[in-house]
Amino acid sequence: MTIAALILIPAASGLLSFWLPSQLGRRALLVAAAVMHLGLTLSLWSARPEPTPGSWLAVDTPGLLFLTIASTLFMASAIYCTGYLSHEDVATHIDREERFLFSNEPESVFIGCLLLFLASMTLVTLSQHFGLLWVGVEATTLASAPLIYFHRNHRSLEATWKYLLICSVGIALALMGNFVLAVSASAAQAHDVNLHVTNLLANASKLDGVWLKAAFLFFLVGYGTKMGLAPMHTWLPDAHSEAPSPVSALLSGALLNCAFLGIFRVHQLCTAAGEGEFSRSLLVVFGLMSMSVAAVFILRARDFKRMLAYSSVEHMGILAIGVGLGGAGVLGAIFHAFNHSFTKAALFLAAGNILLVYDTKSINDVRGVQRRLPITGALWLAGFLAITGTPPFGTFLSEFTVLRAALDADRAVVATLYLVLLAIIFIGMANVMLKMSQGTAPESTPNSSKDKLVSVGPSLVLASLVFMFGFYIPKPLRNAFDEVTLSVREKKDSLEESATIVPLRVENETLTAISTEVQSALHEHGTEPKTDAEEIRE
Amino acid sequence: MGSLADTILIIVVLLNLALLGTGRLRPSIRLVAAQGMILGLLPLLVSEHGAGLRLALLAVATVALKGVAFPKLLYRSLRSSNAKHEIDPVVGVTASVPLGLLLLAGSFWMASRFQLPAGVEVASNLVLPVALATILCGLFLIITRLQALNQVLGYLVLENGIFVFGVALAHEEPFLVETGVLLDVFVGVFVMGIAIFHISRTFDHIDVKQLSRLKD
Repeated sequence: MTIAALILIPAASGLLSFWLPSQLGRRALLVAAAVMHLGLTLSLWSARPEPTPGSWLAVDTPGLLFLTIASTLFMASAIYCTGYLSHEDVATHIDREERFLFSNEPESVFIGCLLLFLASMTLVTLSQHFGLLWVGVEATTLASAPLIYFHRNHRSLEATWKYLLICSVGIALALMGNFVLAVSASAAQAHDVNLHVTNLLANASKLDGVWLKAAFLFFLVGYGTKMGLAPMHTWLPDAHSEAPSPVSALLSGALLNCAFLGIFRVHQLCTAAGEGEFSRSLLVVFGLMSMSVAAVFILRARDFKRMLAYSSVEHMGILAIGVGLGGAGVLGAIFHAFNHSFTKAALFLAAGNILLVYDTKSINDVRGVQRRLPITGALWLAGFLAITGTPPFGTFLSEFTVLRAALDADRAVVATLYLVLLAIIFIGMANVMLKMSQGTAPESTPNSSKDKLVSVGPSLVLASLVFMFGFYIPKPLRNAFDEVTLSVREKKDSLEESATIVPLRVENETLTAISTEVQSALHEHGTEPKTDAEEIRE
Repeated sequence: MGSLADTILIIVVLLNLALLGTGRLRPSIRLVAAQGMILGLLPLLVSEHGAGLRLALLAVATVALKGVAFPKLLYRSLRSSNAKHEIDPVVGVTASVPLGLLLLAGSFWMASRFQLPAGVEVASNLVLPVALATILCGLFLIITRLQALNQVLGYLVLENGIFVFGVALAHEEPFLVETGVLLDVFVGVFVMGIAIFHISRTFDHIDVKQLSRLKD
């Protein structure tokens, strides 16, 4: 019942919004649907409903974690949208780069697609069948393409076309992955195995190894395109920079994670089938590649929304590396998914405020945000510290957990590259974001609007959540992280089960302790992040 | 049964090559429609117990979508633009055909190195190489052709290749999923058609080479 409601509420209100004549009614519908969805999602944490007949849809721990992210971000975006749309509510706009007139997509289409987008993301997180998961991921592409083309100008059209084509091709390859997986499952010993996640996991040892590996490759390339792993990330900066800011926040914070969930589920399967070595090494390679590409492009960024988009590529890389390292790395990665999503959404919403007032995305033309928009400026600064993994934010803890996993596994090369790339990205982002927030504000800006509750409130809440994660992770969330981490344990470990579980639990409970410990250590040795920040501030 | 499936697969490959050798958009749409129609017959031939209701429905839906609905949609977006044929593809139309033959040879070589797991039976030995060749042909079209419409055709050919593989090897797919896949592809082509309409209206052409403002 709850499961059906989670998908049907946004889907039905989305369809309704296409025909609803009243503007106020549509916006109210958007917020109402978001509130109901978030309420239902949070209720899942106390009691999980029965799976739907045939167990096509069910609430499991990884799905619930990613559903919570998507639902929270949608709530934030929906509230932000009410303010955003009233600013956009003019018949024609002047294009800020090419100086011609254009009009926006009808608001009814925008809100309708936004809600359908939520419905499709919910479908992805709840589906317990690889085929249905695929249907959901493809549906997210189709529902979000019109959102990117909200401003009907040349650049957003170009971004939409690239997004549609590249992601469709990627997802088509993931469909191939589904079929290859089906072949692997119809090998002699596993004749009655279907593509239900639980069924496959239970029969994992019967799967054909070679075909399972081939399936993982297709899934990694296919969903990796959607997730924004380099070198398949080429659509991402265009789409994120041209989409309206609340949509960018959703794309970056919620959609990329949904694709990651697809990869994670196949990785779980590979681990259960004893092919974990293969999938983990590939994840680490793609993760490092993504971080390197992001580092290069962040250093030469000229457009602040593009810079945020490349930072998403970086963080998706961190997720891949964390899962690829295994053990505590998985814990770090899942925790990092929360931290990154909330931080990045807060930043994109703040970027929307800056874009509105300064009417430019060019980094060099924005100065003095702190003076012109005090709260947005503070958010921009806090967001910078959070996104680069500076203590005391949750991102620091999760990035540090991934680093520790690399060191624990004696992967010195991975750990070194990871640290160096993080440092480069820190410098690149500091250079841009500090310059933007400081300096003297221009006498007059193209738009005279000020910080309002709807424009900064959602970001403030998200940013404070990330701040809170630096000190305190709610108990159910911690247990869920644990459970997901244990679900991708290597098979050979199951003999020494107690040995694996205990250290992990201990570590998890002492995460906060580690944070303070490391903070003081950082202070003593004056390691990279701190000094960089200080230098630049001087 | 086997020989009929073989014939269909060979026609699919020939249509791939014909498509590579065509620069004009209208005939290209017709070729892809023909490929879709002929593939619609494939589900009827793969099952050992004859065609059940499920496979018959799948066949009908495939023919209706790939053979009728998609070409209609694409013709409509073609009419809205004034494009007639491919202009300056990355690889010329005549050079594409020998390259297509190379891809075909490569697919046969690759397929020969992959062994199907024990217990999986297949309607024809050609399934794996033809599926691979069609997928590669689709990717080749998407990369080298610069008309937006041709890229959509490339996407459809890619989808056809995956369809060959899926129908012939993975008969475990439940009906719900198959319907979902077809629906998604349909909406996908529909949305791409709308995008082409907008491109032709804003840019006066559907040449994606002009879509190059966004870069770092």
